[in-house]
Amino acid sequence: MLRIFKTRETITKIQQRQISEFIIEKLIFLSGLASVLFVILIFVFLLKEGVSLFKTVSLKDFLIGKFWYPISDPPRFGVLPLLMGSLWVTLGAVLIAVPLGLGCAIFIGQIVPRSLRDYFKAGVELLAAIPSVVLGFVGLVTLVPLVRHLFHLRSGLTVLSGSLMLAFMAMPTIVSIIEDAFNAVPKSYREGSFALGATQWQTIYRVLIPAAAPGILAGVMLGMGRVIGETMAVMMITGNAAILPKSFFDPARTMTATIAAEMGEAVRGSSHYFALFAIGIVLFLITFLVNLVADFVLHRKK
Amino acid sequence: MKIKVEDLHVYYGSIHALKGISMEIRRNEILGAIGPANSGKTSFLRTLNRLNDLELHVRMEGQVLMDGEDIQKINVSLLRKRIGMVFALPLPLPLSIFDNVAYGPRMHGIHKKKELADIVEKSLKASYLWEEVKDRLSSSAFKLSGGQQQRLCIARTLAVEPEVILFDEPCSGLDPISTAKVEEAMLELKEKYTLVLVTNNTKQAARVSDRVAFFLMGELVEVDGTSKIFTNPRDNRTGEYITGRFG
Amino acid sequence: MIISPRHTQKIAFSLLSLCTVLVIAPVFVIIALIVIRGGPGISWEFLTAMPRMGMKAGGIFPAIVGTLYLVSVTMLFAIPFGVLAAVYLVEYARDHALKRFVEVAIVNLAGVPSIVFGLFGLGLFVVFLKMGTSILAGALTLAIMTLPVIITSTKEALSTVPRSFREVSLSLGATGWQTIRHAVLPNALPGILTGIVLGLSRAAGETAPVLFTVAAFYLPRLPHSFFDQVMVLPYHLYVLSTQVPNVKPEVQYGTALVLVGMVLILNLFAVIIRARFRRRKQW
Repeated sequence: MLRIFKTRETITKIQQRQISEFIIEKLIFLSGLASVLFVILIFVFLLKEGVSLFKTVSLKDFLIGKFWYPISDPPRFGVLPLLMGSLWVTLGAVLIAVPLGLGCAIFIGQIVPRSLRDYFKAGVELLAAIPSVVLGFVGLVTLVPLVRHLFHLRSGLTVLSGSLMLAFMAMPTIVSIIEDAFNAVPKSYREGSFALGATQWQTIYRVLIPAAAPGILAGVMLGMGRVIGETMAVMMITGNAAILPKSFFDPARTMTATIAAEMGEAVRGSSHYFALFAIGIVLFLITFLVNLVADFVLHRKK
Repeated sequence: MKIKVEDLHVYYGSIHALKGISMEIRRNEILGAIGPANSGKTSFLRTLNRLNDLELHVRMEGQVLMDGEDIQKINVSLLRKRIGMVFALPLPLPLSIFDNVAYGPRMHGIHKKKELADIVEKSLKASYLWEEVKDRLSSSAFKLSGGQQQRLCIARTLAVEPEVILFDEPCSGLDPISTAKVEEAMLELKEKYTLVLVTNNTKQAARVSDRVAFFLMGELVEVDGTSKIFTNPRDNRTGEYITGRFG
Repeated sequence: MIISPRHTQKIAFSLLSLCTVLVIAPVFVIIALIVIRGGPGISWEFLTAMPRMGMKAGGIFPAIVGTLYLVSVTMLFAIPFGVLAAVYLVEYARDHALKRFVEVAIVNLAGVPSIVFGLFGLGLFVVFLKMGTSILAGALTLAIMTLPVIITSTKEALSTVPRSFREVSLSLGATGWQTIRHAVLPNALPGILTGIVLGLSRAAGETAPVLFTVAAFYLPRLPHSFFDQVMVLPYHLYVLSTQVPNVKPEVQYGTALVLVGMVLILNLFAVIIRARFRRRKQW
C-alpha cells in the first residue's frame, strides 16, 4: 500500500491537534461549570442588592412586618402579606393539583391503552408550552368572571382564581414526574399483585402508589416550586392587594407579582428597589430548598 | 518483534482482569488469542491500543512496548493510528461507504478529494470489498450485508495505515461464507501488517494464526506455534479447552 | 352494603378519567378560544403595521420583530454553552462528585423562578455591567434561563448515541473532541435540535425575565442595535390585557394568537424532528 502518511508530517499534525484539543477541552469544562457559576452569581447579585435594604430596615421588620407600603412615608417593607399571599395561592394550588395530577398520571400511565398514551401525553405537554402570560390573559377573561359569578363575589380576582390557574400550570411537571415514578416501579411488584388475584385498581392503590411514593412526593414538590415562582398569570388574576388574605375568596399579592409590578417604578438604589431584591432572596431560597429536597428524594430512590 | 508485553496487570476497580501477562508479538504474524469468556483476552487487546483508558476506574501495571517504545508514552492518537482495531460486531458509522473509510484519514488531516479517493479505493481493495461496492460508494454503509460491513470496517482500519491490526472476535456475528472472506483478507494482510486475533472460535484460530496464546481467568496459560498448541500443548488446561471440555 | 372490587375499580377509573379530562380539556378549550376569537383580529396589517392610538389599533409588528430578534440573540449565547455543558457531563466528567454537583446546579437553575432571573438580569447585566435595558441584557438573561432546557435534552440525545461510535472513532486515532465533533454530535443532532427548539419556545413566551431587562412598554419602531430596547409579544399581551383600558378584544386575542401560534409552531417542529429521527434511526 502506498505510504500516504508521512510520519513526520503526521506528528506535526498531531501536535497541532493537541493544542486545539487542549483549548476545546478547557472550553467544555468551563461550559460544564457555567451552570454552577450562574446559580452562584444569581444568589450573589440578589444578595448584593437585597442586603442593602437591611441598612435601613431591620431583618425582623422585613420578615414579620405586616404591612407592605413601599411608597408611603415612611415606607413599610413587611414581606409577610406577600409571603402569605404566595403561600395561600400555593396551598390552594397544591390542594387542587395533587389529586388531579395524581389521577391524571395514573390514568395516562397505567390505564389508557398504550396506543393512545402518546396523544394524552402530548395534550399535557401542549399545556406546558403555552406561555404563562397567555394563560393569565385567558384566566382574566374567563376564569375570573366565572369565579365571581359562581361564588357571588364583588370581584373574581381572588386567591382561588390564582390557585386554580396555578394548579393547572403545575400539571405538566406533576404528571410527568409522577408518571416516571410509576414507571420506575419494578414490573415484578405489579405481576406479584396480579398473581394474588388483585384487580388493576387494587394493584395501583395498594402496590404502585406506595412504591412510587417518593417520586410522587418529588413531583408534588417540583410542582410546588413551579407554583411559587409563577409570576405573570398570578399577577394578572389574584387582585394584587397586599393584605393578609383570610380566605380563598380574598385577593392576594404574591412575592413574584410584587417584584414584577413594582420594579418598573422603583428608583434604582432606593430602599424600595433593594426591598424587591430582598423578596427575590426569599423566593430564591424557598425554591432552592424545594428543588434540592425534591432532587434528593428522586436520587435517594435509586 | 513488534510488540513486547512485560508483566502486564489490568484492574477494573477491584476486579483483577489481567494477571501478569508477558509475551511478544512478532512482526507480520497472526497471533491468535483464545480462551473462554472473561478470560481476559479482550482486555488484553484493548490494552494494546489503550481503548481500556475509557473505562472508569481502570488501572494498569507493567509495560507494553511497541518497537521498543512504551505505549503509555506515545501520543494516544498516534498509537491508535499505528494500532488499528476491528470490533466484534460490524460497526459502520452512520455515514456512506466512502465516508466510513475516509473517516480516519480525515481525522488525521487529509482533506484533498483525490487523495481520499485513492485511500478509499486501496483500502477497499485490500479488504476485498472494492468490486462489490465501487458503484455505490455514496450509499449508506448500513445497506451492506453483515459480512460486507465487517470488511468495510477492515478497510476503514487499513485506511489510516496502521502497523498492527487488532481483531476482536471479528466473525462472531457472521455466517460461514462471510467468515471465510474475512479470514482470507486476514491472511493476505499479514504480508504487510502484524495481526492479533481474539476469537472464541478455536477452529478459526487454528485456520489463520501463526501462533496462539491461550488465556484463562486473566492469566496467559501459554503461547506457542499454532500446530504445537493444537497437537501438543504444554499445559493440560490448554488441551482441555481446545478439546472442548470447558469454556 | 359491600361493593365488589370490580365495582370499586369501575368507580375509581371513572374518577381518574374525569381528572384527565379536567386537565386536558381546558388546554384545548383555551387554544380553541384564542384561535376563534383571535382569528378575526389577524390581518396583514395587524402583523406588519406599527401600533397606533396608544396600542388600541394598528398592528403588533415591532413586538413580533422584537421577540424574534431577542430570541435569536438568546440562542446565540445559549446553544454553544448548553451543548458544550452537556458534552462535558456526558463525555468528559469522570469525577462523580463534581458531575453530581453540576447536575444539582442545573436542576436548581431550572427551578429558579423566572422573575428572579429578571432580578438577576437587572442586577448583573443592566446595572452592574452597564448594558442598560437592552436586547443584549435581555438575551443574556433568557439564555441563562434556557440553559437547563438545552443541557437536559442534549444530554439525553448524547446518551442515545451508541458507545461503539465513540470507540470506533477513537480506535482510528481521532482525538476526543474529533470523536465528539464527527461521530457523536452529528448523530445526536435531532435530539439537540429538539432541545434548542423547546428552549427557543420557552424564551419566546417568557415575560418575567424580560420585564426589567429589555421589554419596552410602547416603542413603535424597530431596533437599531443590540443596545436598543424592544417591544416583545408576551409583555405586549400583558400590557394590552391589564395596563391599557378599553382595548378591543380582537386585538388582545389576536396578540395572544400570534404568540401562541409562534410557540406552538416551534413545539410542533420539535415533535416532527423527534418523530422523523425515530423513523430514520439506523442503529
